[in-house]
Amino acid sequence: MSAIEIAQILDATYLVAIVLFILAIKWMSSPSSARRGVLVAEIGGALAVAATLCDPQVIQYKWIVVALIVGAAVGIPLGMVKMTAVPQRTAMALTFGSLSATMIGIAEYYVGYPHVTRFGMGEISLEVIIGSLTFTGSLIAAGKLQEILPLRPMVYKGQNFVSLSVLGAAVVLAIAMVVNPNLALLFPVMIAVSLFFGVLLVTPIGGADMPTVISLLNSYAGIAAAMLGFVLDSKVLVIAGALDGSSGFILSVIMCKAMNRSFTNVMFGAFGQVQAKTITEEEPRTVRSASPEEAAEILAAANRVVIVPGYGMAVAQAQHKVRELFDILTRKGVDVAFGIHPVAGRMPGHMNVLLAEADIPYDRLLEMEDVNSDLPQTDVALIIGANDVTNPGARTDTNSPIYGMPILDVDKARTVMVIKRSMSPGFAGIDNPLYYMDKTLMLFGDAKAFVGDLVRELSAVQGTPQEASGSRVAGD
Amino acid sequence: MPPDFLSNVYVFILAGFLAFEIVKRVSPLLHTPLMSLTNALDAIVVVAAIIIAGRHESRLSVVLGLIAVAASFSNMVGGFFITDRTLRMFKTGKAKQQ
Repeated sequence: MSAIEIAQILDATYLVAIVLFILAIKWMSSPSSARRGVLVAEIGGALAVAATLCDPQVIQYKWIVVALIVGAAVGIPLGMVKMTAVPQRTAMALTFGSLSATMIGIAEYYVGYPHVTRFGMGEISLEVIIGSLTFTGSLIAAGKLQEILPLRPMVYKGQNFVSLSVLGAAVVLAIAMVVNPNLALLFPVMIAVSLFFGVLLVTPIGGADMPTVISLLNSYAGIAAAMLGFVLDSKVLVIAGALDGSSGFILSVIMCKAMNRSFTNVMFGAFGQVQAKTITEEEPRTVRSASPEEAAEILAAANRVVIVPGYGMAVAQAQHKVRELFDILTRKGVDVAFGIHPVAGRMPGHMNVLLAEADIPYDRLLEMEDVNSDLPQTDVALIIGANDVTNPGARTDTNSPIYGMPILDVDKARTVMVIKRSMSPGFAGIDNPLYYMDKTLMLFGDAKAFVGDLVRELSAVQGTPQEASGSRVAGD
Repeated sequence: MPPDFLSNVYVFILAGFLAFEIVKRVSPLLHTPLMSLTNALDAIVVVAAIIIAGRHESRLSVVLGLIAVAASFSNMVGGFFITDRTLRMFKTGKAKQQ
């Protein structure tokens, strides 16, 4: 076969892979077809890798095989992490993805040197800048999510100015290199500055903003891959990168809308969104608290219960206990649903995955709009580890920093129960008027322990305590 | 401007629109597996890494290429693996009772 024929066969294989990739995303529209999507995507990936290994340009194999084995040896354990660790795993995946794209971009420059064209230099610079900043940004995000680094926002005066100056420096270096692509000394400086910018980009961002940030980094990683496709003139990379880039972008827009943030705010990686909080001294207000017995009685008497989980549920590892509560209430004939806010947790869809892992049927996991129309007819809204997404101040208090943010209207339910450790304000430091309403009962305690107590009380009423233990052992 | 640049721009823009249409239809239930799936698809960068490492042009390009092969292949394997694992957990009430 001639070289051209081989190149055409390879291109055709890549085309098949891309079609399978697109089908895979399309089938993610429903949980019933999604696994088929993963299967075809795996076939597509395997075809593309196998075809590339047959490419006559590849003249040495030994080390490639070693690298593939190393990759698999790292990838498999990263695919086996617990569902609570999925946000940091995703951040690590973005780190690896952008590392890979950056390494190839750097190699392309040195392979082409000193014959890199100005146009090619522009493409390489853009690709390497985006890849580098995504690399360090994702690494910082992973560190924060793993809580190696502090999750609180780290801010200082003049931060935006410093960050944008660093980005500006990277752009200036890129322009200098486009003017003269043979200024090889500037290339590593440009990379270092971009890596530094990635650190500055993500360091100021706090835990509650992680869903937006991780989507945004996902988008950047996709764009880096697409740019690499331009550099290497490879359509398969352009398309795969465009798919990943738009998917991350759409998710960031969804997250943004769910937090009522502006578009510019997203584009600049949530710069300047940490508002100074004015602590207003108010007269002490009273809250009503309830014991597990009292709460269990109310739950047992309800017709419909909506459970609103938040990151606190994940921290307390309470999802398996919540499933026991779900089971026992369902057996008692109570209609139980879950209200999932788009930004609940640390990444898009985080709560759904945790609850699905705990064996809660996904048809009971409802989106915000669906739950809000039901809440006025709901007897009990039980909030487990969520705070700001239930704050009615977002609807009514124009002075609230979260004013305008869409929330779950739990205050419209007949009774509201909030499982919370103490009265300390939530992550954003915003007081929640929900807690002082007459129909609200505060259930003070650890989420996992309190839900366990509720289950025990409910099964004591029923007189069959062994049922509550269920068939599965709670996680960890 | 290289001859293929504009055709790549065509492909990029069309793929972007297509992605917008199909990602919009992804159930919010599955946003977490969507991220891990698109990460795995993005790992197709491994094909470029294999070429860079396999062409054996300079020691530097081989080393960089091999790092890229390992990093992106770990994403491909791990990404598909965790996506499938996550999706297996999504069951309806009926399937659960069986």
